[in-house]
This record gives sequence, structure tokens and C-alpha cells, in this order.
Amino acid sequence: MSSAADTKNTVAALGEKYKYGFVTEIETEKAPKGLNEDTVRYVSAKKNEPAWMLEWRLAAFKRWLDMKEPSWARVHYPKIDYQNAYYYAAPKQTPKLQSLDEVDPKLLETYKKLGIPLNEQMALAGVAVDAVFDSVSVATTFKEKLNEVGVIFCPISEAIRDYPEMVQKYLGTVVPVTDNFFATLNSAVFSDGTFVYVPKGVRCPMELSTYFRINASETGQFERTLIIADEGSYVSYLEGCTAPKRDENQLHAAVVELVALEGAEIKYSTVQNWYPGDENGVGGIFNFVTKRGDCRGDRSKISWTQVETGSAITWKYPSCILRGDGSVGEFYSIAIANHYQQADTGTKMIHIGKNTRSRIISKGISAGKAHNTYRGLVSVLGKADNARNFTQCDSLLIGKECGAHTVPYIESRNPSAKIEHEATTSKIADDQLFYCLQRGLGQEEAVALIVNGFCKEVLQQLPMEFAVEAQKLVGISLEGSVG
Amino acid sequence: MLEIKNLHVKVGDKEILKGLNLSLAAGQVHAIMGPNGSGKSTLSYVLAGRAGYDITQGTITYNGEDLGALAPEARAAKGVFLAMQYPVEIPGVTTMMFLKSALNAQRRARGEKELDAIGVLKIVRQKAATLNVSEEMLKRALNVGFSGGEKKRLEILQMKLFEPKLAILDETDSGLDIDALKLVAEGVNSLRDPSRAMLVITHYQRLLDYIVPDRIHVLAKGKIVAEGGKELAKELEAKGYDQIIKDAA
Repeated sequence: MSSAADTKNTVAALGEKYKYGFVTEIETEKAPKGLNEDTVRYVSAKKNEPAWMLEWRLAAFKRWLDMKEPSWARVHYPKIDYQNAYYYAAPKQTPKLQSLDEVDPKLLETYKKLGIPLNEQMALAGVAVDAVFDSVSVATTFKEKLNEVGVIFCPISEAIRDYPEMVQKYLGTVVPVTDNFFATLNSAVFSDGTFVYVPKGVRCPMELSTYFRINASETGQFERTLIIADEGSYVSYLEGCTAPKRDENQLHAAVVELVALEGAEIKYSTVQNWYPGDENGVGGIFNFVTKRGDCRGDRSKISWTQVETGSAITWKYPSCILRGDGSVGEFYSIAIANHYQQADTGTKMIHIGKNTRSRIISKGISAGKAHNTYRGLVSVLGKADNARNFTQCDSLLIGKECGAHTVPYIESRNPSAKIEHEATTSKIADDQLFYCLQRGLGQEEAVALIVNGFCKEVLQQLPMEFAVEAQKLVGISLEGSVG
Repeated sequence: MLEIKNLHVKVGDKEILKGLNLSLAAGQVHAIMGPNGSGKSTLSYVLAGRAGYDITQGTITYNGEDLGALAPEARAAKGVFLAMQYPVEIPGVTTMMFLKSALNAQRRARGEKELDAIGVLKIVRQKAATLNVSEEMLKRALNVGFSGGEKKRLEILQMKLFEPKLAILDETDSGLDIDALKLVAEGVNSLRDPSRAMLVITHYQRLLDYIVPDRIHVLAKGKIVAEGGKELAKELEAKGYDQIIKDAA
């Protein structure tokens, strides 16, 4: 039937559309290629770091040399040559900037394309953006307003210089230096990232947001984020990620550490849209990320929300250590894998304190030839009386060549624990699609609508300003998935 | 408005429609009646452009255009509406959200201005009132947990909302009690218009007591085997399909 053929052509034409695939022509300063002790020293020196920081990095690097890349995840990729990459890249320009006017206009243009509202509009949206371009923060806004209530929101390189006691007290206490291969690598060479401290009893007056962007070619990005919510405080933080389109794979190995003290709450949202590679699986970001939150105080709460649509490979398990009595951990996840993308993602909820609760809602969508794995651990330790967990893992398949896999681990050493696990796998039915088309929706629009419906419980968790963007992203990332 | 000539349609390897002819003018309401397996639903799907229903011979001309060449969503934008026998459920998508997306998709395709949420809500509320569709229903996920009657009422609401030129109602009476049937029929009758054509597909004569057709076509084994005025429905009721088909042969 010709109409079907027409639709196929239209869909095919829409397939190759990575909106963020542009490269900004800007002079960059890079560390020499490769990874050795000198690279670590170079990065540290570029940041004017104190000696203790360099020592910390060098110890991590030494440890890393003896570590092996993990192979337990359900992802396949060519061996990464760690010597064939740059570990530091920064836009070349004068170091200190007083206002946005001084920022290279090309950079601002990039942000504009990314849709980051880096101007007065931000005040209206109530968003403060600490923009990280490659390895250096170029513009931080709304610092003053945050200063008024004592919230520290700055590049981590700055925090290392300005708040060394705080950084030393918390850095590496949630994700130890030796935690895993990628976290250890990050500890040795991390270039920048974000530091947040919310003082006792303060409710952070705005959403904090960081856009990370990999621009330089053959560059690994290793950002490091540390967020501390002091007693009774609250903060909501959102990160968004995009990267330009390139044929080679780029490594991204970030570490995020969250610490919630007594009665504090941290809400951490991610919209990850790194370049996923083309429809033949060429190029794309290798995303190996360690994110962990420590509910250190009683009645503290950490909530992770992630929308993972990009990257050729996603290896990521944002987790909660529920140490404080009555603490709460949440994980809301949407993972979309299209074409040849591979996602292995999930969470770990470690119940240590009494009356701890955790909730896991995972929505995995697979299309094309992609594979999507939910991997999760719910662990209740001996003293965690009355621990409760609810897990729901739903998978949606689009087409016949993709796969969905669910690997839940449950360990309980306390008989009072209540653990529930629900899982479903479904397909977008032909009749659902036809119904939408008959009512006038285009193929792509119909898929986006159905998938957004499937993800609704998770999308609802996102801060309002970003929920709309995330919904659009869900549609864009599935373009070309039905034909 | 609609001119079907020698239509042959295959689903998979099986030929379901085998040389169907039908002519429907604007302002007219025609009924298609036929036994199970005669090809009634296939006809409605092929008119709406469902994938897998392949025209192997013949033509469907709609307002002078080759309907078979248009994608299903393009047909919708040009005024083809199919009220389905089994409206599907779409979890997580509120009915209101769906109505807004669909209406705006059609408007966009026609080069008309899209309506904002409030604009759509206003129109929907006004159309919903007569169909006993509640606000609460509009907030629920599309067709999820709806009763048979609610689903059919929502189909008619969409028909009123989209204001199609050619409305096809596929077994809209199935699964309805008499009160719901009357409500649905009233909705359909209120849409009778000199510029609109309707094709009412049904197995039973009962619906035609409430939606009185200008003409009735009897479909059997993929072809129209008998035609007549509204009295044909009564004859069918009395004699049964077998006899009518035999008489026609």
C-alpha cells in the first residue's frame, strides 16, 4: 500500500536528527594526549590545586593502574584505549570573568542552541545555571541571591580552593576513591564539576542546574559533583547533558556524591542526552557514571530522577545508602535506547537504618536494535528493622529486534523487611498506533504520546520547567523507531 | 463524496473484499449491514488507512482524491473519521491531553492555527455536555478502565469535536444498552448535515431504528449483494441474512 510506503519514507527522513550535534569552533587548551602521573599533575596544576588534592589524585591514579575495567554489565563495546584521549580541555581565554558580556560570544551562541536560558529570562524561570563547558566553568549566575541564604553553588575547582575543609570532609566519603574502575579514574583526573552546600534549615530558594557539555574532540569528560545538604535543609538540583556528533566514541566517567544530614532532602534530576551515535551505531558517548547518595542523618531523604535518552552506552546506577533511621531513598528512571544504543542502568538501595523506606520506579524503552537492562539491588541489612521497599520495573518494546532485560537482586538479612517487586513488559500495539493515526496524529507524534504516557509516573517527578523539555526529548530520541 | 469502485482488499494472503462498489453523497447517511466475516470491519479499516489492509485492485475516490494514496493521519486531517468498534486504551495519556493533541495535529495539517489548552477545553466541555461525558472522565487515561458505554460515548465526542466530512461508525451499537444506544444515536443525528456523509456499519437492525439511513447496503463475502431503502433493514430482520443473500443471487 502506497500510504504505508510514504509513511516509511517520512519516518526514515526524520531518523537522522540529533539536534545537539553541532561543534563550536573555539580554541581550546588541552593536556598532552594520554594518561600518566604527569597528566594528573597537569590537571591539578591547571586548577591551582593545593597539595592535598594532588596527593589524593595521585593515590587514586596509583590505585587505578591495578584495577580492571568491569565486565559484568550487559553492554558490549570495543576496548577503550585510555592512552589515546585528552584528559583536559578548556576554552582558551582570560581566566576571570566579571559578567556574561565578557564570555566568548561563540560560547554563548552554543548555550543558546542548547536552549539554556543564560540571561534575564532565568530570573523569571527561577533557574541558576552553572555552565560547564568542557572542563571549565565559564559563567555562574545567581551566586549573590544564593549567598544571601548561605547556599554555596560553585565549580568544584573553586570549592577546593575556597572551602577546603568542607571538601576534604566529604569528598570520597560516599563514593570511595577505590570504589570502582571508572570512579577511581575520575578521582585521578576529574577536571571540574559542581559543588553545593546548603546550610542548616535552609530551603534552597531556586532549582540549581548545571549543563555539562563535551565539545572538544577525543576528550574524556570527568566531572565531579558534591552536594551536601546540612540538617533540615532542602535542595533540588538538575543536570542536563548534550554532546556534539562525532564518529569516534568519547568517554564520560563522572562521579556524583550526595550527602543528606539529619532531616535534609536532596532531589537530584538528570536529563541525559549525550550523543547516542548514528543509526548504524557509529560514534556516541560511553557513559560510565557513579552516582550515590548517603542519607547520613535520621529522617533524611534522597530522590534520584533520571531521563536517560542519549549515549551509545549507559552504565549508571544512582544509589542510596539509607543509613539514618527513617531515611527515604527514591529512584525514578526513564531509559530509552534506540538504534544500537545499550543501556545498563538501575539503582542500589542499601537499607542500614531502622524504618528506612525505598521506592524504585523504572521505565525502560527499547527500539531499533537496542538493548536496555534494568539492574538493581535492594539490600536490607541485619539492623534495618521494618525496612520497606517497593520496586516497579516496566519495559516497553518498539519493533522486533530490540531487547529488554531485568536483573533485580534482593537481599534481606532482617525478617521484618517488606519488599515488593513488580515487573511488566509490553509492546506498542498496532491498534494503539492506528488509533492515534486515525485521529490525526503523525507516526512520530503517536509514538511520543504513547511513550510519554508509559513514562508518566517518572516525568511527574521532574521539576516543572524541565518536564516539558524531557517530554519533547522522549519524542526526539525515538524518531525513526517505527516504520 | 465517496466513490468506491471494484475494491479488492487483502489482509495477509487472504482476500476479504472482492469487488465492492459503493457511492455515498454529501448529506447522506448509508448503512452497511452484513453477517459476521462479510468484510464490514475490513471496509472501515481500509477507508481509514490501517496498515496491513492492502488494496490490490479498484479505487476509493474521496472528494475527487485517491484516498488509498494518503497516510491515515492525512485522511483524518481531510475529514475522514472512524468511530471504532473497540476503542483502544492508552495508559498514562489523559483523555483531554489526547483530544488536544489530535485536534491540533489535524489543525496543523490543514494549516489552521493550533488551539491552546483552554481553547480546547472550552470546545470539549460544550460538546461533552450532551453526551454525558464528565469532567472526571476527561481527566482519566484514554479509555483505561472505561465501560463499554463510556468508550463509545467518547468516540462520538471525538466525532463531534473533529467535525469530519466523512464519518464511519463501525459497530458503534455493539455492547451498548438501550439508554446508551439512544444517547449515541442522538449524538450521531445531531451531526447530520448537508455537507457531511456518514457510513453506519452494523450487524443488527436495532441501531437503524434510531439512526435512520437514506440507503442500506448488504455486504456478504466481500461484495455488496443487495441494496435498498430503510425498509430493507426490516426485511433483513424478518428473513435473516441467508435468505436475503440467496434472494439476491
